[in-house]
This record gives sequence, C-alpha cells and structure tokens, in this order.
Amino acid sequence: MPGGDGPRGSVGDAVPRRQGRGEVSVHRYRDGVSVVELRGAVVLLGRFPALAGLDLSVDVGETVLLQGPNGAGKTTLLMLCAGLVRPADGEVRVLGHDLTVERREVRRRVALLRHGTGLYEDLTAAENIRFWARAAGLGESEATSRAASAVGLLGLDDRLLGRPVHALSAGQRRRTSLASLAVRRPDLWLLDEPHAGLDQVGRDAVDSLIRDAVSAGATVLVASHELERVRSLSPRVVTVAAGVVVRDSGRGGGTTRPACTPEAATGEAADA
Amino acid sequence: MREVFADALLIAAKDLRIEARSRVLVNQVAPFALLVLVLFGFALDADQRTLRTFAPGLLWVAVLLASLLAVQRSTSLEHADGAHTGLRLSGMAPSSVFLGKAAAVFVQLAVLEVLLVVGIVVLYGSTVEDPLLLVVSGLAAGVSVAATGTLYGALASGLGVRETLLPILLLPVLAPVLIGATRAFDDALGAAAVDGWAWLGLLVVFGLVATVLGALAHGALIED
Repeated sequence: MPGGDGPRGSVGDAVPRRQGRGEVSVHRYRDGVSVVELRGAVVLLGRFPALAGLDLSVDVGETVLLQGPNGAGKTTLLMLCAGLVRPADGEVRVLGHDLTVERREVRRRVALLRHGTGLYEDLTAAENIRFWARAAGLGESEATSRAASAVGLLGLDDRLLGRPVHALSAGQRRRTSLASLAVRRPDLWLLDEPHAGLDQVGRDAVDSLIRDAVSAGATVLVASHELERVRSLSPRVVTVAAGVVVRDSGRGGGTTRPACTPEAATGEAADA
Repeated sequence: MREVFADALLIAAKDLRIEARSRVLVNQVAPFALLVLVLFGFALDADQRTLRTFAPGLLWVAVLLASLLAVQRSTSLEHADGAHTGLRLSGMAPSSVFLGKAAAVFVQLAVLEVLLVVGIVVLYGSTVEDPLLLVVSGLAAGVSVAATGTLYGALASGLGVRETLLPILLLPVLAPVLIGATRAFDDALGAAAVDGWAWLGLLVVFGLVATVLGALAHGALIED
C-alpha cells in the first residue's frame, strides 16, 4: 500500500485525526478498501452522459494521472469524487462514504482545484487563505499556523500576500488558490490542470505540494495534459475517453487494461 | 447551532470587508437610490406637499430598486471565480452561508435606509414624528428584503440567469414589504393617518418567515 506511512498513520490504523469543522474523524477505510471506488458510474449533464459507466479504484496514498482528450469526462470525474455532482447510476464510494447519501461527509475532506481560483478579488491573498482556513472550521491559532505552513510550501512571500487578489498575476492567483486548499489538509486532492498558467517556480511548488500531500498519507488525482511533468509524480496513468476508462497503467506503471476502443486512440492522439 | 451562527458571522464579516474595500454601496448603490429620489422629485414637479405625502412610498421603491443591486452584488461575489464551490466543499451548513450573506445585505440596506431618510427630509421636507416606529419598521423591512433577496438571488443564480431574472422574481414577492413598510413610514413621518404599528406586525412576520424559509431552502438552491 503506497504512502501508508506518515504523520497521518497507516490506512489500517483508524487513527483519529482532527478534520476542522470542530470534529474528530476516524479513517473509516481499511487496507484493501479504496479511497475512490467507482463501479459503473454514470453522470448525466442534462441528457448527455459525461460519465458512461466508469470504473476506477484508487488506494490511499496513490497519485493518479488522469489523461484524455477535452470532453472525455476528466473534470466531471473529479467533481463526482468531490461530491459536487450526483451519479445517475452505478456505485460511487469516496473515503468510505456512499456519495448518493453522504456527500457532505466527503466534501469536507477533499480539496478540488478547478479552473476558477475560488478567491475573492477584493481581499488580499493572506485574507483569502485565512478565510478558507476558518471556513473549514479551524480555530484562530490553528488557521494561522496552517496558513503559514501552506504559504511557505507554495513559495508565497509577504509582499505578495498583502496584495488584493485582483492585483496578482494568473500564476500568483493559482498558487494562492492552492495554498487556500492546502490549509484544509484534505485526505483527497482533486487537481484539474494544476500546472496551468504557472511559471517554473510555480510548477515546482505544485510538485512539492503534491509530494508533501502524498507523504502525509493523502491521495491525489490529477487531470492534466502535461503528461511528462505529472508522470514524474505518478507511476499510474489512467486514460479516460467518452466517459469511461479505456486504459489503466496500474500501480506499477505497466498497462493492465489496454486501449481497445477508437476513443482510446483519440485520447492518445490528443495527448501526444 | 452555535457553529451555524459562528460560520454566518464569518461569511457576513467577509462580505462586509469586501464591501468596505470595493465601495460598491458607497459609489454605486447609494448614488443610484438618491438619484431615484431626485427623479421622483422632478416627475412630481417639485411640489413639496405632494412629495411629503408620497415620500414613504417613494423611499421604499428606491430601497427595493437599490436592493436589487446589493443582492446581485452579493451573489456575484461567490460566482465570479468559483468561490461558491469552495463554500460547498467547506463543510459549512448552507443555512450558515444564507444567514451570513443575508446579514451582510441587511447591514448595507440599513445604511442605505438612513441615507434615504436623510434624503427625503432634505429634498422633500419630510419630518420624523415617531422615530421609534421609523427605526423598528425600517429594521424589520430591511430584514425582510435582505432575506428574501438572498433567497431569490440563490434561486436565480441556480437557474443561471441571475442578472436578468432576479427583478422579475423578487419584486412581486416583496410587494407586501413595500406596502407594509410604506404604511408604517406613513405613520412615522406623519404623511397619512394610519396605524403604523399594526403594519409593523406584517413586516415582522414576513421577515421571520423569509429568514427561516431561506435558511432551510438555501441548501437545495445552491446544489447543481
């Protein structure tokens, strides 16, 4: 089991850990039980099946690269795992919870980075990070401590932190957004194109964030078109096309489920 | 319950801090409301007696129109760059988010009401005869407008047409507030011989229902 050791304890420990929102949660999943377990997951956007019977299993501490062409269903898959869209069919369990009935339990333990930064333009970067820490239910001192840690990890300096978000560059906003997610110390990171719009320093900071999260026992799903960069972080590559998984390299990096559909070929071509 | 109010306070403080920085109320909403009062003056031919008679109704029409701007601004804060997704993932109770946002809109409306009362005293020559009734009915109507506006702002936002549909959805629902607040202010400003305290009861009931309904329904409205 990768990433089983670390500050959060191994998966099977069932170690109580403070989650924010004023509660102590216990890891409900055990060895052999996946953090993400999707069987035949179907998500409809209107009448269009964005996910069309998708199967995926991800264990604790894994970093998984999701690749595929635009419109393949990668973002919808991340939103499903975050509990933001309802499955129309199939079995969907995340962090041990059935997403059809326990979405709120899942939401508070995941961090989702999307194209929007989730920041308030008229607040400073520091105020945004602090607000999101407090919104996660952390007390004053804990919020301050975690904000300092996240700021250091993302390489945000004091000069930048004091600026309103509307005065920041796109890359600086992206890093501030990641810091505002990092303060929550989520069990599951869902990152949609995390390197987009970042310079080399920012990209390295994102890689550090992912490595740090995994070493702490978290699980990371990354949807990205920057394959070489993310492959250095993840031996497991899952190819999604037309709302289903068409190739899964497996945890060791070897292909366990070869492409067998025209969509898979399309995905490969798009990513090449 | 304590957590609900603590989170609501966090949201309200955030929205008011943003307002203090952006000055949308000061630079846009308040001038718009005062301009409406001036235009009513022109439309009624600057006859001070007529203006004094209709001042309570004109004031509350101005408040309702300006409240559309305040509610749209409050809603757009969360949707401009995807912050509403962060709130859904934060684990905060939807009722906390509703109460916090409604409280911030209420504070802005209260400031606006003070400005408009000063406006009708200066522009229309109105006089305050029952300050207590004026303040209490102003607060009750403010709560009603803020709670209903926040609820309908979330509804219109969920339908994806918040800028255009909000006035059509919100203004008819606020008609009882307009009537009740106008009658209460008629009494408080001595513009008509009515029992303003009886109309205050309507405002209090409306405000309570809107707040409770909003707190209960907000979760369903902000889900996709």
